[in-house]
Parts: sequence; C-alpha cells; structure tokens
Amino acid sequence: MAQRRTVVDIAAGVSSGALSASAVLEENLAAIGSREKEIHAFNLVTAERARERAAQIDTDVKAGKKVGRLAGVTIALKDNMCTRGVETTCSSKILAGWKPPYDATVVRRLADEGAVFVGKTNLDEFAMGSSTENSAFGPTRNPLDTSRVPGGSSGGSAAAVAAGFAAASFGSDTGGSIRQPAALCGLVGVKPTYGTVSRQGLIAFGSSLDQIGPFSSTVADSALLMEVIAGHDPLDSTSIPQPAPSLLNVLDQGVKGMRIGRITDMPEGSSPDVLARLEAAFEALRGAGAQIVDVKMPSMSFGLTAYYLVAPAEASSNLARFDGVRYGLRVDAKDLNAMYGATRAAGFGDEVKRRIMLGTYALSAGYYDAYYGKALKVRRLIADDFAKAYESCDAILTPTSPTVAFKFGDKTSNPLAMYLCDVFTIPTNLAGHAAMSVPFGTGEAGLPVGVQVLAPALGEAPMFRVAAELERNA
Amino acid sequence: MSTSTGAAQNPSSVVASAEQLIDGWELVVGLEVHVELATKTKLFSASANRFGDEPNTHIDPVTLGLPGALPVLNRHAVELAMRLGLALNCRVQPCSFHRKNYFYPDLPKAYQISQYDQPLNVDGFLMLPGEVRIGIERAHLEEDTGKSTHFGGAEGRIHGSEYSLIDFNRAGVPLVEIVSRPDIRTSEQAKQYVSELRAILLAVGASDAKMEEGSMRCDVNVSVHKPGTPFGTRCEIKNVNSIRAVGRAIDYEARRQIDIITSGGSIKQQTLHWDDAAGRTNVLRTKEDADDYRYFLEPDLVPLAPDTAWVEQVRSALPPLPAARRETLAKLTGQSKESEAVAVVVERGQDTYLAEVAKVGGDAARALVYVQQAFAEEAASPRVPAGDLAALTLMEKNAKITATQAKTLLAELVANGGGDVIAMAKSKGFEAMDTSALEGLVDAAIAADPDAWAKFKAGEQKAMGALVGAVMKSSKGKADGKAVTALLQAKANA
Repeated sequence: MAQRRTVVDIAAGVSSGALSASAVLEENLAAIGSREKEIHAFNLVTAERARERAAQIDTDVKAGKKVGRLAGVTIALKDNMCTRGVETTCSSKILAGWKPPYDATVVRRLADEGAVFVGKTNLDEFAMGSSTENSAFGPTRNPLDTSRVPGGSSGGSAAAVAAGFAAASFGSDTGGSIRQPAALCGLVGVKPTYGTVSRQGLIAFGSSLDQIGPFSSTVADSALLMEVIAGHDPLDSTSIPQPAPSLLNVLDQGVKGMRIGRITDMPEGSSPDVLARLEAAFEALRGAGAQIVDVKMPSMSFGLTAYYLVAPAEASSNLARFDGVRYGLRVDAKDLNAMYGATRAAGFGDEVKRRIMLGTYALSAGYYDAYYGKALKVRRLIADDFAKAYESCDAILTPTSPTVAFKFGDKTSNPLAMYLCDVFTIPTNLAGHAAMSVPFGTGEAGLPVGVQVLAPALGEAPMFRVAAELERNA
Repeated sequence: MSTSTGAAQNPSSVVASAEQLIDGWELVVGLEVHVELATKTKLFSASANRFGDEPNTHIDPVTLGLPGALPVLNRHAVELAMRLGLALNCRVQPCSFHRKNYFYPDLPKAYQISQYDQPLNVDGFLMLPGEVRIGIERAHLEEDTGKSTHFGGAEGRIHGSEYSLIDFNRAGVPLVEIVSRPDIRTSEQAKQYVSELRAILLAVGASDAKMEEGSMRCDVNVSVHKPGTPFGTRCEIKNVNSIRAVGRAIDYEARRQIDIITSGGSIKQQTLHWDDAAGRTNVLRTKEDADDYRYFLEPDLVPLAPDTAWVEQVRSALPPLPAARRETLAKLTGQSKESEAVAVVVERGQDTYLAEVAKVGGDAARALVYVQQAFAEEAASPRVPAGDLAALTLMEKNAKITATQAKTLLAELVANGGGDVIAMAKSKGFEAMDTSALEGLVDAAIAADPDAWAKFKAGEQKAMGALVGAVMKSSKGKADGKAVTALLQAKANA
C-alpha cells in the first residue's frame, strides 16, 4: 500500500515550498490508477480540476503569495456534499447527472484554505446503510481486505484515505456513518457536536442528526481539519453562533486528572476482540493518569429503536423533493401521480424505499404518538442519561463498532443485523453530542479496531485530548 | 364538528339575533385569510418578493428546494407578522415551525414550512360596526407556493391538461394566515370583517392586500344549524377573490345547505370551489380523500421566541389603527364613525390630509365630501395642496359660489393638482348673485308659472323644483340653489 502522507505534513511542506502540491497529488492519482478499479472508492475522480488547482497553489507559493492552512492537501468528498458544477449524486439513480449550482459551506471553507479536491466518494444511497453495499453504483471494498466492507455509509471516503487516494476525506454522520467506517478502515473519524459544522449544501438524510466530519490518518490531521470547517454559518439556522474550537493546541496536554467513563450497562453483542481492545484503551488512559469511573446509560439500548423512527421520519420528508419535476431522474407516465410513482420506483433503491415507508408510517395520523412521538421522548431520555453521566466524567469510551470489518453479503439479507452495527454510535447523534473513533490496535484477522470517544456537546477539546492519548498508546 | 354532542361544546358562543336568522336557521361562518407580507425578500431566502415580473426570475436554491439548501428566517417578515398580530389584539408568543408534507409540482420541497401547534400570534379579536367582536384564533407565518398554469385541459385544472408551467417567483413569499373564530353570523358581517382586516393590513403596512392580485386570499367556512343546537357540518369554500364574492359565496352556500337539510339530506364535510361567474360552489374534494400532512417540527429551523423588548418595540411603533382614525375623522367632520364617507377616506389613508385641510381653516364637513367624491384616484397624500382645498370649502360655505360651481372647481383642482380657487372662480365668471338680483329672478319665475306657485303655496313640495329650475336657468347657473329655495319659502310664508 502506498505510503500515506499526513495533512499536517503536506500543509507545512507545500506552504514552505519544501513539497510540491502537484507532486503530492500525482502520488494520490497514481494510487488511484493502480487500485481504484478494485476498491471503487469514488463515484467521480476530478483529476483535471485537481491538477489545475495544485499547479495554481505551487505557483502561488513560488510567487510568495499567502496560501491557506490546507495548501495542497488532497481531499475526497462524500458524494452527498454539493460541489458547484460537479456531479453530486448521493449514489442514487434519482440524482445521477445532477450538478449543483453552489458549493456546500464546508467545501467552500476547505477550498478557501487551499485544499485540492480529488473526487466525490461512494456511499450507501442517501447515506442509508452501514456497509456501502446500498450504493446504486456498486459497493466499495475495504482496502485492508477487499473481501470485506469498508463500513458505511461514508465507505468511499474511508476507503479513499485508507488506500492512499487522498490525504483526508469528509463524510457525513447521521447515526455512525463516519465513525464506523473509520473504525473498519483503521482511521480517525469525527462526528462533531450538532451545529458545530454547517449543514448548508449537505444533502439531508436526517436533518436533526446529520453532521459533516473528517476522516484522517492521525488525530492531529482531524484537529486541523475541524479548525477549518467548524464555526458559525449564517446559512444554517441550526449552526451554533460561535467560532471553531482550538484543537491542535490541546493534543499534547495528556489526560492526567481527566475522568473517563466506562458504561456498566452497555448494550451486549460486541465480539471479544473488540472488547479486549476497549479494555486496553481504558488501561492506557489509566496509565497516562486518567481516572476511570463507572457510569450508567440505561436508555442506550433504546437508541437504535428511536433512531430508526426519527431518522426515517425526517428522511421521508427530506427525500420527497425528488419527484421528477425539477431535476434528476424523470420517468414519464400518463399523469402526474403516475409520473411521481414511476420516477421514485425507478430512482430509489430498496433500503431508501424501506426507510421512506418506515418514516411515512411513523408520522401518519393515528400513528404519530405511538411511534414518532415516543421516539422523541426516548431521545430526551438519552440526552438526560448522558447529562447525568457527564456529571461524573469528562468523556466516555465505548467500542465504535461491535465487530471488525465484515464480509460482503454478511448482513445484506438481514436489515436488523445491519442496523445493529450502529448501536454504539447512534446515541451521540440523538443527543447532538460530539464523538470520534480512534484506531486502537487490531482484532480478528489482523483487522483494525476502533475505540469511540464520546464527549458532551461542545466537548471537542477534551475529546481530542483523549483521542491523542489513545493514539500515542495504540 | 360533527362529533359535537351539545351546543355547550360549540366553539363559539356568539348567538345570532332573530332578524339575522335565515328561515329560522343560524349561519356560522369562520374565515381563513392568507395575506402576502410586504417584505423585500422571501421568508427563507434572499430572492426578491415581487409580483408581476417575468416567471422564474426571483429564484435561488432555497426557493427551488434544491438538495442541500437550508432556510434562514427573514426577520422583517417576523416583524410584519407581529405588527399585524398586535393590531389584531393578539398575544405574541414563543413559537416554532413545522413541515406540512404533500406532493404538488408547485411545492418545490414537497413540504410547506408553516406554523402548527405553536403559532406566533394567538387569541386576538377584530371589532365590526355596531360593537360586534369577532375572535381571532391565530395569525401564523408560512411560506407561499409557486403558481401553476395548466394548458390544454378544461377550466385550467391539472386533470386532463396536456402540460403545466410553474412560476416559482411566488414560492417562498411570506404569508400570514389569519384564522377567525366561527363568530360571524351573517354574510354582511363576513364582508365587513374582510374589509376591516384589509384596512388594518394597509394601515400597519403589513401587506398591499390586493385581492385581485392574490396578495390577500379568503377561504370561507360555512355551516348552518338551528339556534341552541350543535353546530352543523361545515364546508370550506376556496377561491373567493373579492369582498363581494365573500358575501355571494356565503349566501349561496347557506341556501344550498339549508335546502339539503330541509329536504331530508345531510351535509358532507367538503372543500368547495367558488365559481364567481356562475355564482355557485363546486366540490373540490371530500373529507375522506383529504391529505394526511404528517406535520412534524421543522428540523432546519430553531424555535422563534421574540423577547418582550422586541414585542414592545413593535407595539409602540404601531400607527393609529383604522377604527381609531375613523373616530377621529368622525369627530372632526361631525359625521357618524360608521358613515361611508368616513370609512372610504380612512381606507384611502386621506384622513391625515383632511385634518390638515381643517387645520389651515377649511370646513371639515365639506372637505370630507370633496375628498370622498373627487380623490378616489389620489394617493394617501393628494396632490392638491391642503390650503387650496380649504379655500374652496370656505368659498362654498360663505356662499361665494354655488355647490355646482364648487364641484366644477374641485374637478379642475384635482386635474391640475391644485390652483388659486379665487382666480379660477373669477375667470369662469363664478360668483354667487347678490340677494336683490336673485329676488328679481325669483319673482320673474313666479310670474311666469303661476300654476306651479299656487301648488307650491298649497304645500306641494314637488312644485318647487320647477321654480328653482327656472331661476337656475335664467341666472345661467350662478344662483345658489339653497338661497333660491330659502327665498321661495319666505315668500310662500309671507
């Protein structure tokens, strides 16, 4: 596998003139040339745009012009983030060929700091899935073992970094879609506090849960990327009105005196190799001077059920606009209603249809209170449980995924087994808190295991301190 | 409504008077009025809120519901909605936005962002003439849809049409929906309600409230029942596009419902379409096929909680409202506050001008008549200087000119946007005749028509017309009609 450069090294090297942005890009393009056919991380590789951009940055550096904090950093974007004039499909037939007339706020902020976009990455259609097997354009393979899935829904973004196709990438996390593939591909993946990163230009799945976050090889890389993309955006009403947090400067602070929570009533079903690595992580933090405290999360196991009502309910509304009238796929039929039906039948895959039906049902008159209404109550319970837990600790550790990367087809015939992949990641989204996955050694078949660090809302700084300590001990 | 079990549970306790009943049936009407707010931009995006431009020129990713686009609430729209709510005596409260989900081509996101169980304004009222109080349940903010035009089918409806075109300029325009309580008992009250609401909208500058352009649209809920019994099943009438149509649609619908019930039938809950040309309602849809809108809290927006300081600032900046202005004008002119002249002048916003005319010494009562009759095409601030109009009122009041001559000069003032009325009167040869000259003409008229004079003296008032007419003729219109009448009366009594 190609040697991976870090974001921090590239940015420092390119801006100082020691490293050429074009040379960095060509390394990535060469890796893409040799392995992309097998991996299928991308829906679209924008090599020519990237070459122009990299050349411009090199010219600017030579001319002594000021370049951004991410000068020459190669980045892959999940194909549900709008990129002006560049096809954005959500890995769905219904949006195939659609070119947004605007950039997502995150994309603009990255571009403003000198990032070089390599392409748009594959995902489970509309970010619904945990293996990237639900893409209308075919699955993505895990670069560490191509018989296995990379996780999902941001599987393409995870695979792109793991395979050395880009220095970093971005995904969206509605119930674990960054953290789980990060764990399965041996990467750092961050789900920021809801409202920290603008959702403007992110094609919505579950609007009250979605957040954009980075994939990277190191904790420091994610810290730098977070500093660039976070911070208030007036175009997103749910964006928290405060600047991006300072994270790079907390990485060396260690965890001495920090209180780390261990959930005593954690949902069962994790494999022994994963649980062993979690224990090792607690040991490492204890060794570094942290105090391990027991906390209870009695509502955690209800998270999955609540999530599979809230997210589909919002999705059923968010995806209603794909109706064949204004853009994307249209299948002509005898009248308006028949056109709607034919377009959506042909345009959406099974998992998307399944969730639209679930969500529509949950919101319907006569069922709202029993399903959606109850799910909102569970959501509050989970937030209450977390609030109580954080009275006695600064961060909580759990597995990110119950298992290491699984084989293709293992869970496709059983949607419920697939949904269980997200049992540890979902509660964070329901509470709107921060969480990240950090690689911490290997488990079965030598595959990476990720440990999840949970922190309260706006707890990114303590979360990154813990993550950096784990990385030093991995 | 059909589930009500007793009159005590009726959502309105207003009782019609005996003369308001229709063949013993009580009419119950509630109105839902949508008004477009007079903002510069749309409710959730920066595109212009402007009527009548080329189709699809005021659009953007938010308006078109493009994937990834997010709504950002327009502060000015909230302020105008609050202004309206406060003018309707509502309580402004913390509120939220919901999504109302349904598929239609001119609804780009396939949901409308509206307010559901927590509207911005609640519990207000509006006063009609005769101290009739109509409750306002709520006045909430929502976005408008685009406008569809269907081609090749019957009646411009989508069913059977060959193709449809959509203009998204209107999509996302801020609306306030004002929902009255079912307190209205006659079609006349319904017309007064819409008319008064319109006057308030104009007064506070919340909307241009042009029913013909669709910036003010009425849906009318109508039911009938026997007094003291539960309310009847209601029907909702859409497409009622003028104040006159409000009255006609209610009268038609009340009669239709009474006829059905008295011939043994029952009313089905339906949405009806008012066909103004045919003067009748047609069924749009029945309750059974009503949409399930699957309302839920709009996750792309945060709750809206106007703080007390903001609410009070809006309240204190409210201009005087039409009812208060009518009262002021009525006092100034010595007219009833419910007189048509007072209502019309206040509605045109020309009451301030009239006060100015009075202030510079003009006769307010005469000015009111002049303004009502001749200033229909003028703006709230007419072009005729207040001093010029004041001079005209005084000339007529002091009998320097006749009423007919005043009318001629008034028309000229309006046409020229003002002028020196004394000079104008002189150049036209307008001057009231002195009494001695007038007396000669009156005597001549009596001599010329002894028959009429005899009848007039015998108390036949009709005969006076012929005599006055003769004097006006012989004076070439310069005689003051009132002075002639007075002279005739004096001679008859002598």
